[in-house]
Amino acid sequence: MSEVVLQLEGLRKAFGALVVTDGVDLDLRRSECHALIGPNGAGKSTLIHQISGLLSPDAGRIAFEGRDVTHLSQAERAVAGLGRSFQITSILPEFTVLENVALAAQMRDGSSFRFFRPAAREERLNARAMEALGIVGLGPRAGLVASHLSHGEKRLLELAIAVAGEPHVLLLDEPMAGMGRAESATLTETLRALKARYPILLIEHDMEAVFSLADRVSVLVAGAIVASGTPDEVRVDARARAAYLGEDHVAAP
Amino acid sequence: MSTTLILIQVLNGLQLGVILFLIAAGLTLVFGVMGFINLAHGVQYMLGAYLAVWLYGATGSFIAAFLLALPLALVLGLVLEFLVFRHLYARDHLSQVLATFGVILFLNQLVEVIFGPAALTVEVPQFLDWSFELVPGLLYPAYRVALIVAGLLVAAALWYVITRTRVGMLIRAGATNPEMVSALGVNVRQLFLVVFGFGAMLAGLAGVLAAPVFSVEPGMGDDLLIVAFVVIIIGGAGSIRGAFVAALLVGLVDTLGRTLVTDGLRLAMDASAANQIGPAIASMLIYVLMALVLFWRPEGLFAAKVTR
Amino acid sequence: MSDEAQPLGAAPAGPRPAFGLIVAVAIFAALALVPLVSGVWGGGWLTSLAIRAMIFAIVAISLDLLLGHGGLVSFGHSAFVAIGAYATGIMITEGVYEMALILPVAIGAAALFAVAIGAVAMRTSGVSFIMITLAFGQMVYFALGSLAQYGADDGLTLWSAPDVFGTSWLASETGVYVTVLGVLVATWALVHAVVGSRFGRVLRAARQNPTRVAAMGYSVTRYRLVAYVIAGVIAALAGVLWAVHAEFVSPSLGSWQRSGDLIVMVVLGGMATRNGALIGALFFVLIEEALSSITHDWRLIFGPMLVLIALFARGGLAGLLDRVQGPR
Repeated sequence: MSEVVLQLEGLRKAFGALVVTDGVDLDLRRSECHALIGPNGAGKSTLIHQISGLLSPDAGRIAFEGRDVTHLSQAERAVAGLGRSFQITSILPEFTVLENVALAAQMRDGSSFRFFRPAAREERLNARAMEALGIVGLGPRAGLVASHLSHGEKRLLELAIAVAGEPHVLLLDEPMAGMGRAESATLTETLRALKARYPILLIEHDMEAVFSLADRVSVLVAGAIVASGTPDEVRVDARARAAYLGEDHVAAP
Repeated sequence: MSTTLILIQVLNGLQLGVILFLIAAGLTLVFGVMGFINLAHGVQYMLGAYLAVWLYGATGSFIAAFLLALPLALVLGLVLEFLVFRHLYARDHLSQVLATFGVILFLNQLVEVIFGPAALTVEVPQFLDWSFELVPGLLYPAYRVALIVAGLLVAAALWYVITRTRVGMLIRAGATNPEMVSALGVNVRQLFLVVFGFGAMLAGLAGVLAAPVFSVEPGMGDDLLIVAFVVIIIGGAGSIRGAFVAALLVGLVDTLGRTLVTDGLRLAMDASAANQIGPAIASMLIYVLMALVLFWRPEGLFAAKVTR
Repeated sequence: MSDEAQPLGAAPAGPRPAFGLIVAVAIFAALALVPLVSGVWGGGWLTSLAIRAMIFAIVAISLDLLLGHGGLVSFGHSAFVAIGAYATGIMITEGVYEMALILPVAIGAAALFAVAIGAVAMRTSGVSFIMITLAFGQMVYFALGSLAQYGADDGLTLWSAPDVFGTSWLASETGVYVTVLGVLVATWALVHAVVGSRFGRVLRAARQNPTRVAAMGYSVTRYRLVAYVIAGVIAALAGVLWAVHAEFVSPSLGSWQRSGDLIVMVVLGGMATRNGALIGALFFVLIEEALSSITHDWRLIFGPMLVLIALFARGGLAGLLDRVQGPR
């Protein structure tokens, strides 16, 4: 069994009386894609928010590469190597596509407390950004203002931003949300290529993508993991089917 | 420092506190329910004071002036709401700041044109123009005691409205979660109008009550408005209870600080140095208090908003 | 919606830089000509007006770094002007006439204040940030007004101009004029360099989407705090110039109305544009001068104007210029 890079132990989070994360234990290993699935409202995004530091858990521990990061800020965790994408597109709408990604690359390239040299003309940053855009296939759109991208392209930009930050793991929150079938298929192939470079914790509703990409699948229902295993194991797991897969498979075309 | 002097300062502090509360109550609701920053709220206070000047002069009766000023303050508030503010609710905070700043400039100048730039005074009404003997040898004006009592009565009434009536429940819900209130099918526009008019009237009331105590002059509401912001920050946006506690706290700290700081410094340094530095430090106390609260609880003592 | 992608490394959104540069150079050239023209007509009045306008332009440009580029609505910016002016006034009153000593003290005081206030104010955002900066600005105003030994509310007259490395360069109006213009040009250049730099990029990004920027690994608060200090120091520098020019300082320099005026200047000119704050400040001083020469009660006109601007014309004058120039 390969090395664990990210480990959640007994994570709990409640909003008032509503328990959204109920004692979650989860790990992510080197060079695997671990998919987290579950019905809407199961607490998947809340979990990603706690891992990335946008929310802090009420109890439990998050260890990343052997280091306790539970009390680090969002920015500190990103510096440590936790890169993420957002379920609801979160980009810099007034910047060009290139600048969006160059800003992410800038984080890994020395200090950002530099006040005089025009950042837009820093070739190294732009080259890194172009490389990340090339991976997701957005190279030709680099000069466009990001708000002018199509929805699917914005999802790709999300991914490019995460990749350009040179993360050690990728936390992807429904990267295919709102995408068409063809776009999803292309993105699945892109993610398959990325999998070789980064361990990926993937939240996704597109079951076709999940079962073709994931090495392991965990099912989250009402804030708790009810089943976990290889895709084939989870596919036949009674609790997983009852909670989630059954209805979704019927609904899927 | 004698205890009687401290007692007087405590009463003066309470007096400032209740006036601050009357201004901050409307402001914090308007801010809490509508997310609207209204710099021109201090103008309502000034208008209340000028209405008192005008109506007291015209009728010769403070009671009559008082009773007429309140509905007029309400109407003026609603007119401003109709002409300017309602177009700003959906705008960003910068637009709100700019437009309400424009309203302040206009109304301060208008008042100056009508009543002149000089500070005016309002006579204390005759039936309250006497003094209490609080402790032997210490007289305190009855009007000021009445002001404090009136302020506390309004606070109690407000507490009743907010916690025990349907409108109050909606206002509380609106301050906590505006989306939910509109989802319940409540006419939010109408609720805003009620809150706004109510807040304007309370500020007007503060102006009427303050007129016989403070001097009435153009721009008198602006400095107090900023102190009311301090009250809201300390108390927590949208919280009436927070506004009440913070207003009394700020009133007391400011008033007591002005005498105690200099006296305290005299113990540590020579008198003339203390006399020079003391007032500067005293004037900063409430802001330091605000900074401390922010550091300890960035959302204020009694925050109404649910943090997601 | 444009379909064709622009070439790589294309300029960021906004008007062509060259056009903005031409406008700025034209404005600076016109300002440089003022002392020559005022010899013919207007005399001291025109020079003095231009100095005032330029000092406000310096402050407005610094405020735009926060307001336009950083999205931080600071309503206490005039406090920094007052701090710079009082540092100058107090030191001259105490017998220190050397600018090489006054300047570091003024800058240091402003930077310290900015760090202290900023650290508290940055704990909140939105409306709370506005109220807190407003309140701290008022604190400075009252604190300065209670300095009995330095004129209290009535202010402080500077009986002598400061020396610059032993020379009396700032004793003549021409010297003051050239210095103020020089600082204005330098401020304009500096702020635009900062905006385009790595630091400025983080700051501008944080205005659009602070959560995303934090998720990229940037501690947004630190960048904002540094911007707050830079803007405060520049404003204090303008305050020093004000004290030298007016030979008088008073707490009203730091009044909250002044802070409001500064915001108006930036919005009037157009936020986060190359020349908006500059044009807005010059325009504001001219309007104020023109309206107040028509009527003492000029705010009766100016107040409603602000309401209309807030409701209908947020692009500002620079927005109009862009429209004249045509779409990109």
